[in-house]
Order: sequence, then structure tokens, then C-alpha cells
Amino acid sequence: MPPTTPNPAFLQIQDVVKDFGATRAVNNVSVDIAQGEIFALLGSSGCGKSTLLRMLAGFETPTAGRILLGGRDLATLPAHERPMNMMFQSYALFPHLTVFENIAFGLKREGMARDRIAAQVEAMLKLVQLSAFAQRKPHQLSGGQQQRVALARSLAKQPQLLLLDEPLGALDKKLREQTQIELVNIVESVGVTCVMVTHDQEEAMTMASRVAVMSEGRFLQVGAPAEIYETPATRFVADFIGNVNLMDGTLDVDEPDHCVIGCDDCKHYVGHGITGTAGMAVTVAVRPEKITLTRAEPAGEFNRVPGTIKELSYFGSFTVFHLQLASGARLKVSQANTQRHNDDRLTWGDTAWASWSDSAQIVLTQ
Amino acid sequence: MNGLRRHFNGRTAVIAAPFLFLLAFFLLPFLIVGKISVSEMETVAFKDVLIVVDGAVQLTLKYANYVFLAEDPLYLETYLSSIQYAAATTVLCLAIGYPFAYFMARAKPTVQPALLMLVMLPFWTSFLLRVYAWRGLLTEGGWAHSVITGLGLDHGLAALGLIAAPGQLIHTPFSLVLGMTYNYLPFMILPLYANLAKMDLRLLEAAADLGATPWVAFWTVTVPLSKAGIIAGSMLVFIPCIGEFVIPELLGGPETLMIGRVLWDEFFSNNDWPMASTVAVMMVLLIIVPLAIFNKYQAEAQERTR
Amino acid sequence: MKASRAGIWFGRGWLSAGFLFLYVPIVTLVIFSFNDSQIPNVWRGFTLKWYAALATDTEMQSGLWLSLQIAFLTACGSVVLGTMAAFALVKYRRFTGRTLFSGMVSAPLVMPEVVVGLSLLLMLVSMQRLLGFPERGLGTIWLGHLLLGMAYATVVIQARLQDMNPQLEEAAMDLGARPHQVFWLVTLPLITQSLLSAWLLTFTISLDDVVLSAFLSGPGSTTMPLVIFSRARLGLNPSVNAVATIIVAVVAVGVVIASYLIARAEARRQAELAAATKA
Repeated sequence: MPPTTPNPAFLQIQDVVKDFGATRAVNNVSVDIAQGEIFALLGSSGCGKSTLLRMLAGFETPTAGRILLGGRDLATLPAHERPMNMMFQSYALFPHLTVFENIAFGLKREGMARDRIAAQVEAMLKLVQLSAFAQRKPHQLSGGQQQRVALARSLAKQPQLLLLDEPLGALDKKLREQTQIELVNIVESVGVTCVMVTHDQEEAMTMASRVAVMSEGRFLQVGAPAEIYETPATRFVADFIGNVNLMDGTLDVDEPDHCVIGCDDCKHYVGHGITGTAGMAVTVAVRPEKITLTRAEPAGEFNRVPGTIKELSYFGSFTVFHLQLASGARLKVSQANTQRHNDDRLTWGDTAWASWSDSAQIVLTQ
Repeated sequence: MNGLRRHFNGRTAVIAAPFLFLLAFFLLPFLIVGKISVSEMETVAFKDVLIVVDGAVQLTLKYANYVFLAEDPLYLETYLSSIQYAAATTVLCLAIGYPFAYFMARAKPTVQPALLMLVMLPFWTSFLLRVYAWRGLLTEGGWAHSVITGLGLDHGLAALGLIAAPGQLIHTPFSLVLGMTYNYLPFMILPLYANLAKMDLRLLEAAADLGATPWVAFWTVTVPLSKAGIIAGSMLVFIPCIGEFVIPELLGGPETLMIGRVLWDEFFSNNDWPMASTVAVMMVLLIIVPLAIFNKYQAEAQERTR
Repeated sequence: MKASRAGIWFGRGWLSAGFLFLYVPIVTLVIFSFNDSQIPNVWRGFTLKWYAALATDTEMQSGLWLSLQIAFLTACGSVVLGTMAAFALVKYRRFTGRTLFSGMVSAPLVMPEVVVGLSLLLMLVSMQRLLGFPERGLGTIWLGHLLLGMAYATVVIQARLQDMNPQLEEAAMDLGARPHQVFWLVTLPLITQSLLSAWLLTFTISLDDVVLSAFLSGPGSTTMPLVIFSRARLGLNPSVNAVATIIVAVVAVGVVIASYLIARAEARRQAELAAATKA
């Protein structure tokens, strides 16, 4: 059952560092995770996210720093005594045990009575909709079914914290979309706090309530998916998440309610002020879907640039255009194909104007 | 798995038991052999190396055995001859075994387990008996003897110096190398097969796609990739062959000098324990270099699979 | 990749010749055990008298009994020590003396038996002078075989342990199993087959051993291979052929059955593994 007043600092990671010999895998990471939250660690391979997860599980010990769960320091607890369970990337289902026995494994270790174990296992099987498969062995199940057994097994002990290691990595695209939603529903219905590790942006953004973008052992930004996407804190984050156009320029005018930035190809009028000094170098980031392409020249002198269409990629529901600008730089524009038939569709070689509103830009100083 | 360390006291026991066993019954005996090789033989026992005389500790090391070993041409010849026979056996095993393992690995996957079993079967049967069987085959009246003399091959062997005289096939270098090759062939085939069976056949397809004929692809792709198997197999044949005793005893003759037999004779026939120990120490030193190579390869192979 | 016709026939030819080479000696042993002649080499007629002679051959029988006992003890001891050594080498990456340990474990595989036998014997003799025991006999032979057997067992079990998905043991720990429970409930069931292979392998090696047994045996403890060896040294002896045939028959039946069972279990295991872990 979801708690009534969730503890905002249920899982506390404080200044955690992990060294493997001379390599620093996790470099001073701190965050408070709320009870009932689904928190994602997002990054490419080698960024330290799996190491951090393993430290939570107890398979690695931090070189420095503390990890607290519900106020209790986990340093004194070995892996098999921690009140958290992990769903492994390879599922790690015991091949010599049936589905039932796999799920019951953790409950048996607790010394639970047999009838209670049976009841709990049945409940878990019902939760993941695999009640008919209780007596099968793992090799007799499909990939998606195995994943659900792994999930059921990790929830059977009603852990205080659920750890997911690349939960959807092995599934194909269709199955992944379906499972993403199912997984979130199950986790939320159980109400367990969840930390997941993934390299897949889509997975992190759709499933988590907050995402931490990790690189080289550090947190670059922590926030809700929309926040990370629409308000990235650095160039790296802006570039890492989704697609983005980055334009370097100088801050010409800086007023409390607006600012003007001059770039090679165009001038930006941004509808809010930023903290900075005139003449400072900044980068303006604009997401491809925030840009409109028209044949006709838009009015005004700001937030528009002409160019020639050099590439286009048709994705069915939308098309991505690569617009070559005067300076040689390319602008990526994404347009939804809202009309089935369009006789005036833009194509290679056409000249077009790209334009955007004054709230579309993200101004980055790092 | 660092989290285990603090809480698994059994870990020390698990490492300690075999470790202590090996220290006590493998390493310690070698040290004792070393000590005995420099001591003097006194009827059935041997004088102690360290004795206390008038309050002072005296070290009597008798290097005479080592000196003798170095000076006597027979011992040197025997060591060299052992290496030669071992090398010849290894080369023959490789020549016969590599194609064998190759064709096994390329056979239909359903047939391979049966082939493997057929190769393993002689291995599980007593090797002593199989060596004895060759004795029967190569003595006058035996099948192999009849075939070889019938085809006149024995004259060729005599010309090569592999047998003393035509017609006498047993107790010759020929019978010795034949026996050793026969016995150690599975030891060459198995690592090679394991290696070749794991090879990705698509690499050969890529080679063909880039214009290599099957023959060229074999030499430029398959053979280099099977290097680990070749080395493992060769080491598993060469090193034990140097110190072989049973096969030289049953199939070898007076002119086939093998160091294993020398050690045995020193011990059982001459009752000269220090001499036997000296021979043993020299044998170990002789083997240490190939052994170190073998170990290094094993360790590297293990690291690669992690 | 399709091989040429010539290539296929060459391959088949080579394999056939090779198998012929491997099996002709064994077949001759068997055939001549039925030979009615003192000289087992020349065929004179069919007889079973050599097998009948075995019934009264007390030397051979006691040798067989001793060898079976030692082989059984060796196999059991080797599997236990080998499992420990394999664990030490695979699971515990860093401990003092690891290179020495690793070298010592694999050395008996390639070290000449005469050297191992001599050194062990000399140590036992020194022990006997100092402490009054042990007497050379079953126990000392067992010791030598154990050294050799442990090396083989470690290789077999180590290979299996390295193959195993380490996340299975982590999952067990994550679900609350204490380290020793992880071993008994998860690791052991998964390596059972390799333990059996190691047992059979070391049993065979012990049963067949000549050199170590020669160095380490005492009066009254003559193993079967030693009996055969001393007879074989003197010349060709039909009783040896008879024993050989019996051994070959037993081994052949055993290997065929075992291979079949192993192949079946292996196929099952591969299917389980491939499905339980992501490819």
C-alpha cells in the first residue's frame, strides 16, 4: 500500500566514492530519494551507474561516503541482510528450480511457514500474470516471461527498495514499450521505492519520476524527465538527452525580462533574462521539434534563419530535416506529418526558413 | 564480491585446506629431494646435512653428485636424448592430431559427441595395457610387425637409424616414439578440438568474401586462431614425455636413453638415493622453463575469459 | 562453409585412419586373450582358459581389490580438494601466495611421475625416521594419487565454475541466502555434473597408475597395475590379455552409458542456461 506521507529522504546517498585501484568509478555522488519514487540512473556504459547500484545492493563497498535507508546506515549490513531486492540484467533465474521455487527462494530463507509462502508466491504470480506457469523451469519460458518471473521474485519479500538493472535491455522494441507501462504500474501498485539503472533514455524518461544523468562517476543533473529535457543544465546534458541544436554565440543584450544573443547565422531573442555579463560566451540550445519550417520568410529579425534542405529522414509520424545554414552549420528540424497528403512537401534542395518562438531556447553557460 | 569478505570465515578454510595439503606433500618433498641430492648415502640412511660439531654448526654439502652429473657424458646425453624423443613425439602428435581435431570439429554437430567419445574411450582404458599391446604388435609374429616387414618398410627405418637392423622392430627408437605418440595423441587432440570447435566459422566466410581460397584461409585464419590449442596440446605432450618411464621401459631398448628410466634405475637398482635425487632436481630444472610458459598461457587464457 | 568433395573424403579418411591407429592395439589385446597359445602373438585356436586362470590368480585379484579401494578413496578426496582449490582460484581473486598456489595445483599435471613419486617417497621416509610412521602401503599410495587426482579435478571443476553466471550467486545473496547457503543451494546443484566427471576421471587415473604406486607401495600392497607391469616386463603373458579384455569391456560399457547420459544432460543444461540468461 502506498504510504500516506512519503519520506522525501528515504534513501540517502551521501558523498559516495568508489575506487577500483587507481580508477575512480563513482566520484562523490549525493542524492536523496523519496519513498515510493521511481528513480533512474541514466548514462552510457562505464559512467558508474551499475557500480552505484551494486553498492546499494551490497555487492560492493563504498570507498568513502554513506548510504542510509530509512535513516539506517547500510555499511554494517552484508548483501543478504539488506531489506532490498534486485532484478538482474540477465534475470539470473535459478535454472534448476521451477518458477514457483524461484519466487519462493527468498521467502524460504526468511523461515516463513509453507502455507504463507505458497500464498505469497500465488499473489506474486497473479501480479505478473504468470499463474499458469508456476511449475515450469526458466528455460521453458520466453524472454518476456522470464523477466516477469524475475520481477515477481524481487518483489516477493516486499522489500523496502527495489533495484532494477537494465530491466528492459534484452527485450525487443514492441515488447519493451508494452513492458515499460506494465512495469511501472506494478511497481506503483505495490508502492515500493525503486532505483533503476539504464543506458536507454526512453526507458528512463518514460518510467522514472526523477532521472539522474551520470557521466564519469558524477551526477550531471538530477530532476524530473521534463525538467531534464526542457531545462538541461549543461551542454553535455542537452546533447545527451534527445536531439538538440547547439549554437554558440555572445550575449549582446541582457535585461531582466529578455536577452539577445548573437550567433553566426542568426540572432536569438529569448523571452527571459539570464544571469550573466554582456559579451559573455553562451550556447543556445533549441530542440528540433520546437522549430517550424516554412517556405515563406517569417516576420521580424530574431529567431529565424534561412537554409537549404540537405538531408531528410522520414520516420512515418514525423520527418527530420537537416537544414544547411550560411555558415555551413546544420540545423535539425523535426516536423510532425499532420497531413496525409501534402503537395507542397519540402524536399531535398529546397530553400526554407526555420523559425522558433522566444520561449523555445535554452541558454547554457556550461 | 567484496561484501562477502567480512562475513565468510569459511573462505580461509577453503583456501587453506588445499594450500596446506600442497605445501606439505608437494613443495616440501621437493625441498627434501634438493637436500638429499647434496648429502651422502650411508648404507640405508643418509648423513644429515647440518650437524653440530663442538658447538658450531657445520654444513656438509656434497656436491659430488652434481659434479658427476655434469662431467659424465652419459647423463648429458640422456637428458638431450629425452628432449629429442619428447620433441619428436610432440611433432608427430601435432602432425597426426591437428588434422584429426580439425576434421572432428568440422564434422556434423550431431556426430561430434560420438567422435569425442570414441577418442576418449582409449584414454579411459588402461594406458599400461595399450602400451603392452604394442609390444605384442611389434614383436615377431605380431600384426604390425608382419605388415611393416612385409611392405619392406623396415629397411627404410633401418636406413634412417630408427631401428638397429631390419626385422627387429621392438625395443628400438622407432617403437619408443610410436608408443609415446600413440599414448599421448588424445592429449594433443582434445585441447585442439576444444579450440577449433569454438572457432567462429563466419570468420572463414569473411576470408572467402575477401578473396582467400580455403587453403589460404586455413593458414591465415584457422591456424593462428588455434595457437592457444596448439600450445596447450604441445605442452601436455612434451613436458610429461621427457620424464616418461613406463613406455621406455616396455617399448624402448638399451640405446633409447630416457631420463625417467635413469632415475628409476638409480633408485631401485643402484639404491643410490642421493644420485636419484640429483637426477630429479636436474629434471625439474629442465622442465621449469616449458612449465613456466605453460602456466603463463593458462593464466592468460583464464584472464581473457573473465 | 562447404568443404570440397575431396576435402570431405580426405577428412573422413584421416579420421578413419586415426581411429584405426587408436583402436587396433585394443582390438588385438581382446582377440589374443582367446588365443590358445602361450605366446599371445600367433593365433593357435580359441580358448577361454586364460579367463579361467584368472579365477585362481590371487595375486591379480588382491591387486585389483587394492586398486579399487585406492581409486575410490582417491576419487572422493580429489573431488573435495579439487572443489576447494577451484573455488579458491575462481572466486577469490586475490590472496597471498596465489601464484604459488596456482602453480602447485597444476604442476602435477605435467611434472613427470618419477619425480613426484621420488620426492614424496623420500619425504615419507624422512617422516618415518623422525616420527615412526607412516608405513608404506595403501595410505601412502593414496597420498600420491591424491596429489595427481587433485590437479585433474581442479581443472575440470574450475572450467565449470568459470562458465557459471556469477549473477546467480549474487541473486541468491540478494534474496537473503547466507554465503554457505549460496553454495549448497545454488552453486553445488549447478556444478554437480562436473563433480561427477572429476570423480570418474580421478578414479580412472588412480586405477591405472604405475609409477607413483611403485614408489609409494610397501610390502603387501601391490596394486593391479604393478602386477601387470611386472608380468609385462618379463614378456608377453596371456593372463594380461585376459585382464585387459575384461577392463576394456567394463570401460567401454561405462563410457558409452556415461557419454550418453552426459550428452543428454549437457543439452538440457545448455538450453536452460541460454534461456535463463540473456544471450
